[in-house]
Amino acid sequence: MTTITDPQKQDGFRLSMLINDTRYRSLTFQGIALLALIVAIAYLGNNLMTNLRTAGLNISFEFLGTPAGYDINQTLIDYNSQSTNLRAAWVGVINTLLVAFLACATATIFGVIAGVLRLSPNWVVRKLMALYVEIFRNVPVLIWIIIIYTIVTVVLPGPRGYLGEDPEREMLLGMFAFTNRGVYVPAPISEAGSAVVVAVFIASVIGIFAYRRYATKLLYDTGKLLPVGWPSLAILIVPTVLVYYIMGQPISLDMPDPLANRFNLKGGLQIGAPLIALWFALSIYTGAFIAENVRAGILAVSKGQTEAAAALGLRPRRIMGLVILPQALRVIIPPLISNYLNITKNSSLAIAVGYADITATLGGITLNQTGRAIECVLLLMLFYLVISLLISAGMNVYNNAMKLKER
Amino acid sequence: MKKTIFLGALTVAGLTAGAAAAATLDDVKARGKLNCGVTTGLVGFAAPDSNGEWKGFDVAVCRAVAAAVLGDPTAVEFVPTTGKTRFTALASGEVDMLARNTTWTFTRDVDLKFEFTGINYYDGQGFMVPKDLGVSSAKELDGATVCIQTGTTTELNLADFFRKNNISYEPVPIETNAEGQQQYLAGACDTYTTDSSGLAATRAAFENPGDHVILPEIVSKEPLGPLVRHGDNEWGDVVRWTLNSLVAAEELGVTSANVEELASAAGDKPEVNRLLGTEGNLGEQLGLPADWAVKAIAANGNYGEIFEKNIGESTPIGLARGLNAQWTDGGLLYSPPFR
Amino acid sequence: MSDTHSESVAYVRESFIEEQPAPITAAGPFKWVKDNLFPTWLNGLLTIVALYIIYQLLAGFLPWFLGGVWTTGSLAECREVLQGEVGACFSVLTDRWHQLLFGFTYPSEFYWRPTLAFVLLFVALAPVLFFDLPRKMLIFTGLYPFIAFWLIWGGTIFAPLSALLGFVVGYLVYEKFVKSSFAAGFFGGIVAAIVIWTVGGWLIPENASENAMLTAVPSRDLGGFMLNMMLGITCVSLSLPLGIALALGRQSHLPLVKWICVVFIEFVRGVPLITLLFVANVMLAYFFPPGSGVDLFLRVVIMITMFASAYIAEVIRGGLAALPKGQYEAGDSLGLDYPQAMRLIILPQALKISIPGIVNVAVGLFKDTTLVSIISMFDLVGMIRGPILASTDWNGVYWELFLFASALFFVVCYGISQYSQWLERRLETDHR
Repeated sequence: MTTITDPQKQDGFRLSMLINDTRYRSLTFQGIALLALIVAIAYLGNNLMTNLRTAGLNISFEFLGTPAGYDINQTLIDYNSQSTNLRAAWVGVINTLLVAFLACATATIFGVIAGVLRLSPNWVVRKLMALYVEIFRNVPVLIWIIIIYTIVTVVLPGPRGYLGEDPEREMLLGMFAFTNRGVYVPAPISEAGSAVVVAVFIASVIGIFAYRRYATKLLYDTGKLLPVGWPSLAILIVPTVLVYYIMGQPISLDMPDPLANRFNLKGGLQIGAPLIALWFALSIYTGAFIAENVRAGILAVSKGQTEAAAALGLRPRRIMGLVILPQALRVIIPPLISNYLNITKNSSLAIAVGYADITATLGGITLNQTGRAIECVLLLMLFYLVISLLISAGMNVYNNAMKLKER
Repeated sequence: MKKTIFLGALTVAGLTAGAAAAATLDDVKARGKLNCGVTTGLVGFAAPDSNGEWKGFDVAVCRAVAAAVLGDPTAVEFVPTTGKTRFTALASGEVDMLARNTTWTFTRDVDLKFEFTGINYYDGQGFMVPKDLGVSSAKELDGATVCIQTGTTTELNLADFFRKNNISYEPVPIETNAEGQQQYLAGACDTYTTDSSGLAATRAAFENPGDHVILPEIVSKEPLGPLVRHGDNEWGDVVRWTLNSLVAAEELGVTSANVEELASAAGDKPEVNRLLGTEGNLGEQLGLPADWAVKAIAANGNYGEIFEKNIGESTPIGLARGLNAQWTDGGLLYSPPFR
Repeated sequence: MSDTHSESVAYVRESFIEEQPAPITAAGPFKWVKDNLFPTWLNGLLTIVALYIIYQLLAGFLPWFLGGVWTTGSLAECREVLQGEVGACFSVLTDRWHQLLFGFTYPSEFYWRPTLAFVLLFVALAPVLFFDLPRKMLIFTGLYPFIAFWLIWGGTIFAPLSALLGFVVGYLVYEKFVKSSFAAGFFGGIVAAIVIWTVGGWLIPENASENAMLTAVPSRDLGGFMLNMMLGITCVSLSLPLGIALALGRQSHLPLVKWICVVFIEFVRGVPLITLLFVANVMLAYFFPPGSGVDLFLRVVIMITMFASAYIAEVIRGGLAALPKGQYEAGDSLGLDYPQAMRLIILPQALKISIPGIVNVAVGLFKDTTLVSIISMFDLVGMIRGPILASTDWNGVYWELFLFASALFFVVCYGISQYSQWLERRLETDHR
């Protein structure tokens, strides 16, 4: 707030100028603010030091290197009770990222479907979606997590029904089992040569994009319209399947085995009940918010755009794809990303259902076992801070790229 | 107190800044209340009854200390703590003592700087399974899903036990006993493990306790006892000897029924006299009135009475004395002499 | 149409033909059904799927809900009454309603106190929410926090009185000095208030609470939905002024002030609430002098207020940024200094734009108060998950309790968001 003032006579500096002269006043205020900050930090820091000294404690991160001593039920990296606390924290980090990623993906799907259907001309569907959005937005996510966890653990049958030579329950298609401890699905086992198959698959996905680009270019350059649908499908499937058989079927499936153990199904891929509850609850809860964003985004595109596009003779699908969506996305994406951020932060509620995310390992069990409360909570906050700063940075990059380029 | 809470909020504790940390004993006396950390609810050990009044074995220790120090067993403020919050609550001075079936371990004593003032219950970790599972030994639990309270020593013992026996398991971590009970009953885990006293207490709260068995293996030593902060030895002595007075009272035959009578005049047993303050000055040495132990015993009775009333064989929990019998009866309870 | 003017016709109609109803396919419910339910065959399919889903939901829910049992004393009794029929055991609600609403340690003979405070809340909020009411009612709104504090916690009346006196004296001092300088008024007011509180703190005897008119209830005895409401209302109202200050600080031209506010806001917004509650639970106690009596409730209030103020600051910053630059320039050209311009021109407009956002934050925060159940406070969710589900009588009654909890939150949150929409329409002062 610098104001140009009349040039005054430079008759030295008076103390009252600190308050009354705009040139110095900002310095005064900042001085006061700095002083207050220092006093506050000193006061709190002094209390902390005094209290720690009285309790005979110190701040030390050595516990990170000592064996954790506890086991974790769902780990994506090697871990056992002899691993260090740091390793346990890593397991938590990866689990957090896993559930956040899964929930973001499904929440987007739920949200987009519900948001588009809320604008449907169909009265019943519209109202049903409004009901979904209102119910899920207005009840705390913690309650949803607990409800869904309870549904999984109380309503689904225990695994014992699937066990034994002659089980009471049939697995779906012989490979999927839904139990109150989680869902068992076949797991892919890779043998020698599987890397080639995966590489070919990735290459064909890239190939599809290349082909589509080429088709678009050809259309714009020559006006010749290439078919897109079936060639894409062919590029996706044919080479991979061919290579799969050429390499001698290197990928097989590991089925859940009902005979290996008397308590649980063994083998296959187990998606634990806590993960399912957290994943589903976060996605359906956040989906309701995303639905509102999507709806607002579509409504934000003025009706004139639709009419103009129609006047140009575009078909309804093209109007949606070429005119409405690109403009709506500009409105939808920023709140969408902040919803992703919310999912990541809300995934910390894993602790309510015993999912081993970073809050449950580092901020839960490690904290409890070592008693290093201050250190653990600081590390925990640091992790979330880094994640959210990364996401915000990504959002800023996107916003700059998508800024309306006005002339 | 209320005023300091409210004004403390307004002035961000400006009023109380600079108040030096006084000795806990003086604090408690000045406050007129003992802040005692207990569990959030474990029937028999510490749980509020339907009137919201705290009852239980650990609660009785708090009341005895309050009676000894303040002369009033009801002058206790019970602070429910979880496995996570208990040590901070004690270290930060939120509670004066912790009577929360806490296992006495080396690191808690040495590294976390706490002072265990004795053992009020000798426990060990056990497993509870539904009867129809047909398991008769913990070693048959290979591959089972185990519900386990996090933040307890049982979590570490469990890992050690399964590792030692080279069998696998899947842990389901839970925060409170209440949650563990629900998970176990819903079948989300095959077995629930915690201190065997806690298992008995939990099973007693089931609709059909007979459908569940506690396996014979005890996989760890869990000496449970009250604890205080390191460095305040006077307060530590008060808690330690209050607990000892309860144990000694049982050994010497002092009960809540006859304690008043025995304390009215010096009798012919010198140790009873010293304990009850009719001879010598033990109370004075602790900084307490001479009849401190009388008050402590009168509050809930001696150790044996407390045990019988809260967790003994006549209660739904139905624990036998076992290791917790007096040394004269072949147990481990052995109070140092009062002299 | 008609050939009335044709001369070849002998008969001339002398009256209008009665209006005919539209064809049945083009009007009335039939047309509505056709347009709204079956405009295309794909849409028709969608309708049928939706109707099927609704039918399935209702078929599962209604018999369970209507067949509910309300009067038994335990789950076993309830199951006996139901005899295998589908039905809910709502008797857990009638049996434990007081625990769900007030927590299990709040003395039952004092239930009227929080209830009265709750009723008075509406009286206090009314003039804030509805501008048509007489402005004098705002006096009661100003008194309400002290009344509610006294009602809920009880104890000596002098504590809330001295707090109130502090505010009144602070305000009077502010009024006296603000004419000469805003800063003098502002800081003078704060100093005066602190002086009053300190003196009041000394004057009130330590044992004043013992024989007070209302028996004192310690904070840890609060629980149930009451705790959620109290946390939500206290933290939102405390975080509003803080949020405004932070937003102004972030817009400030003073680099140091701006930097402090940015760091605070981004830090708080970057971490989940649960970690802040962990801080309240396991760390914050170390930051206060020993024996300062800052109990868990207060620590949680501090952390949630910090959390909410950062979010509110961002909302208000959006409002400030949305104001046309001309408004700032207009303030400057009128010769207003910074506090005057902010108070008289900028903030009233910026806050008006921010209201929907603030309400969103408030609703989100109210929902987030359930998180305190994770740090072993017995709020509504904590009561359900702890003492009630663990009791021998009600072990296994999930859906009734969760339905009750969801319904309570839904009613409050939906009500607030409906109000916010009404307010938005109401405040549309621009003419389009």
